[in-house]
Amino acid sequence: MKRKLQNITSKLWSLAALLVILIAWQGVSMAGLVPGYMLPSPVDVIKAFISEFPLLMENAKVTLMEAFIGLGCGVALGFLMAVIMDRFDRLYKALYPLIVVTQTVPTVAIAPLLVLWFGYEMLPKVILIVIVTFFPITVGLLTGFRSADRDMMNLLRSMGAGRLQIFRYIKLPGAMGQFFSSLRISASYAVVGAVISEWLGGFNGLGVYMTRVKKAFSFDKMFAVIFLISAISLILMKLVDMLQKRCMSWEQKK
Amino acid sequence: MAELIVSNVSKSFDGKKIIEDVSIEIHDRELVSLLGVSGGGKTTLFNVISGLILPDAGQVFLDGKEITGQPGKVSYMLQKDLLLPYRTVEDNVALPLLIAGMNKKEARKKVQPYFEEFGLSGTQKKYPAQLSGGMRQRAALLRTYMFSDKLALLDEPFSALDTLTKGAMHKWYLDVMGQIHLSTIFITHDIDEAVLLSDRIYILGGKPGRIVDEIRITEPKPRRKDFNLTGEFLEYKKRILEKIGNPEA
Repeated sequence: MKRKLQNITSKLWSLAALLVILIAWQGVSMAGLVPGYMLPSPVDVIKAFISEFPLLMENAKVTLMEAFIGLGCGVALGFLMAVIMDRFDRLYKALYPLIVVTQTVPTVAIAPLLVLWFGYEMLPKVILIVIVTFFPITVGLLTGFRSADRDMMNLLRSMGAGRLQIFRYIKLPGAMGQFFSSLRISASYAVVGAVISEWLGGFNGLGVYMTRVKKAFSFDKMFAVIFLISAISLILMKLVDMLQKRCMSWEQKK
Repeated sequence: MAELIVSNVSKSFDGKKIIEDVSIEIHDRELVSLLGVSGGGKTTLFNVISGLILPDAGQVFLDGKEITGQPGKVSYMLQKDLLLPYRTVEDNVALPLLIAGMNKKEARKKVQPYFEEFGLSGTQKKYPAQLSGGMRQRAALLRTYMFSDKLALLDEPFSALDTLTKGAMHKWYLDVMGQIHLSTIFITHDIDEAVLLSDRIYILGGKPGRIVDEIRITEPKPRRKDFNLTGEFLEYKKRILEKIGNPEA
């Protein structure tokens, strides 16, 4: 009970900070310190959000679809890589540096290439999202697998457990915490990745919408879509948290 | 029936001999302690018996069959309880049965009757983190027992507990052992504990570690309540201290 109360008060502080920023922003706009076409006031942004709501939702659906498919494939690929690299040490040594290198390539640099290779449809977007999301998953799971307690593994071996059983009873559940931390990062990368790939070519989606309103200098709509993207990322991260609580119920009992 | 024979086992690591020509035997329902200073090769011998490492020389026999270097025959319990934090106590205890291929429902059912015997009633659905150190060690012992109800290897199982809990655990342990028929190898560096619990004590001493003495504790079981305060107890202790030598030498 006390913990819950503390939780609420700590949230109140960040809410208060947000409110102060919004009020200051509104004040700046109303006082005319910055011209309205350059920086729309929060109220303008809310108005734009409401008037554009159906269009935003339509585009969000496309973006979310890409994000989910990409994230799903990315997680599957990341999981597979982690399992194989944990099992075969030589593969770990061979592939780990390469995987790190894939992450140093800027997303905006490869997105146009993917568009050239795979067209304007969903495929290049999904591929881009897979590239950005599998990495945290692989690294997180690998760290989890590799930090499995030696004594526990030996104990299970002494009970006659094989490699698969050790994986199932020790390595996999032990890596769950790391997996969910990675999934939280990957989920937000997925949304951002989808938007970036839409910027560089596509027919609909929040990224496409964004480039359109930018070209029309509708900054109020621009801000509306930015907030929507943030909100989507936050909701996805929250969903991951809830999933984690469900899957790791033992953490609640401490 | 469980009889374990360790015959002339030697093992080196990186060219350094850890144990040399160690032979011990454990008869049915016997509790045999292996007493020695830390770093004296107790755990090496332990790993040889559990089959996790191969000795350079010598063999291990369980009920007449050679099991040298074969894990899956003898299980053990350590100072760390090694309970899996994400499994309930009953699922931890049932783990050896699951590994052996039993299905979950059956395994859970099979472990139930032992919870009371081991003083663990009501902990079935709890997670290890919700139990005290002593209770966790009980659960760990029950898990070992579910693996084999014949022979168990215990490596300093109570040494991480505080003195009072340890005393209570000794009493509990003797009680439980009065009910079940388990042959036990008990590794410890605690002389009082060894004299209090064992039927026989092997002293592992020197570098590399060898069996320097074998002492039979003739005090009948169940032991008197204040056995550890008697003159005989001190005599045993004195003899062991002389044999074990100076660990710093």
